[in-house]
Amino acid sequence: MVKTLPFEEPLVQLRSKITELKEFTSNADVDLSKEIEQLEQRFINLEKDIYHHLKPWDRVQIARHPERPSTLDYIKELFNDFIELHGDRNFGDDAAIVGGIASFEGMPITIIGHQRGKDTKENIRRNFGMPHPEGYRKALRLMKQAEKFSRPIICFIDTKGAYPGKAAEERGQSEAIARNLLEMAGLKVPIISVVIGEGGSGGALALGVANHVHMLENSTYSVISPEGAASILWKNAALAQKAAEAMRITAPNLKEAEIIEEIIPEVLGGAHKNVHKQAEFLKDVLLNSLNELKSLSEEELIEQRYDKFRKIGVFSE
Amino acid sequence: MSIRDIFKKNKPNKSITITRENHDIPEGIMTKCPECNHVMLTKDLQKNKKVCPNCQYHHKMTAKERIDDFLDEGSFQSLDDHLQTVNPLNFPGYIEKVNSDMKKTSLNEAVLTGIGKLDGQQVVVAVMDSFFRMGSMGSVVGEKITRAIEKATELSVPFIIFTASGGARMQEGVISLMQMAKTSVALERHGAKGNLFISIMTHPTTGGVSASFASLGDINLAEPQALIGFAGRRVIEQTVREKLPNDFQTAEFLLEHGQLDAVVPRHEMRKTVSTIVKLHVKEAI
Repeated sequence: MVKTLPFEEPLVQLRSKITELKEFTSNADVDLSKEIEQLEQRFINLEKDIYHHLKPWDRVQIARHPERPSTLDYIKELFNDFIELHGDRNFGDDAAIVGGIASFEGMPITIIGHQRGKDTKENIRRNFGMPHPEGYRKALRLMKQAEKFSRPIICFIDTKGAYPGKAAEERGQSEAIARNLLEMAGLKVPIISVVIGEGGSGGALALGVANHVHMLENSTYSVISPEGAASILWKNAALAQKAAEAMRITAPNLKEAEIIEEIIPEVLGGAHKNVHKQAEFLKDVLLNSLNELKSLSEEELIEQRYDKFRKIGVFSE
Repeated sequence: MSIRDIFKKNKPNKSITITRENHDIPEGIMTKCPECNHVMLTKDLQKNKKVCPNCQYHHKMTAKERIDDFLDEGSFQSLDDHLQTVNPLNFPGYIEKVNSDMKKTSLNEAVLTGIGKLDGQQVVVAVMDSFFRMGSMGSVVGEKITRAIEKATELSVPFIIFTASGGARMQEGVISLMQMAKTSVALERHGAKGNLFISIMTHPTTGGVSASFASLGDINLAEPQALIGFAGRRVIEQTVREKLPNDFQTAEFLLEHGQLDAVVPRHEMRKTVSTIVKLHVKEAI
């Protein structure tokens, strides 16, 4: 049973009524098929109505849905011959970031992404997708490797943020993130980043200095979680819903601010409703991006990335 | 007073309120060190580069004090003082807060940038001011720092930054996060052309600033006891559910964990940085 979200409650109720009615007709001697048909139609309309008018907070909940497809789910759907490569060669292997090499439509690529767990046990192993410095350093190692072999890099962003822990600070969480920002700026191969779930602050940006940045329709990208923003700005974490709107963290918001290139549509109700179909949507956008970036020279790639980030900022002169 | 009053818990007028006449020292003449409680004349503290003569605690400096202390006298020319903060997310009260800090600090934003001379050597400097919105980084801070880096690249001179910041400016949302990327791409270009970048972290340097340019120096220095870190202490304590050591996230802690090149006292900063710059002059040797 897929977890339902609060805004989906009317749908659940209508669905249970339809089921009830169906059961009733099969036991009793009345023909209610016309009524059932009407209700089914109403269900479809209601579904469209709800899913086409999602509020920012609804999207936050979809982005955090436990069943939401993760990096490894998309890797399975999109790539062939995936070989996971582990470790930062200095300290350890951070399971909150996965990476490796694979073939995408016959093209060798390097794929790196944050990785949440699907259940408690896996979440503990993967630290809920919140990386330590060695995770970012593994990512950088794989990016440098991709550069050496002229492979494009695809990054999937899906994290609440870099892990706020004692060991992470001791090993230089700040430096690890900062280093990725700087090194990604200078890489001579195409980089495409896609926010597939939550894009939380510096921990997300450390895989996000790309030529093209895309977002799934119901993903978020923000400087701080809605809860964090609410507690800092209004000293009340319960106002997260309000903060989700005020902070402008949804894909349409970021597209409007010209921070991302494309909004990748999601299947009705969110990516978790149909991973296979969702991967198809993702594939189209990735292929377009790759084709566009492949025509650029090494210098042009670096130049394009520079210009993309250089122009972000709102001020008056 | 009745018997009942004597046993009353909250007696009225139990404490005497000190009236203005009782202490006739005007506000600001004396300063108490927050570290050792030593009370001294503010004038003496200023003369000692705002370092407590008793315990060597480094008090926070304003950007202007830092420029005066660090660069050759009269050599500083500021850049981009005309940039103005706007309110991209329409946060209530945001512009008013920025305006009030502008008045307080006589700066246009939380960083002062410009060209100057250090022992006769031309450099571009940026000094963040924690008295302006906690030194937090929004669009104007990101833009001023990026333009300063680009100026240094253009002139092929070292870029030196004194960081002091609580991190990204929440009120500007994801645009403030992107300033981390903007400054970093500029630093990449600066460095790729063989130019020097020195980062000097002062109290406090945290969050998005620590996780971008502050950590990216060819040489990373810090002032003694400066608080430097990615996540806030309280957040970490809540996450790991253990008491953190007292020196956690201090400059000395970072040095011990291999995250800094050196901790340099304020009295030696000018000389140290000037020597580093001298050793990077391309025509030297």
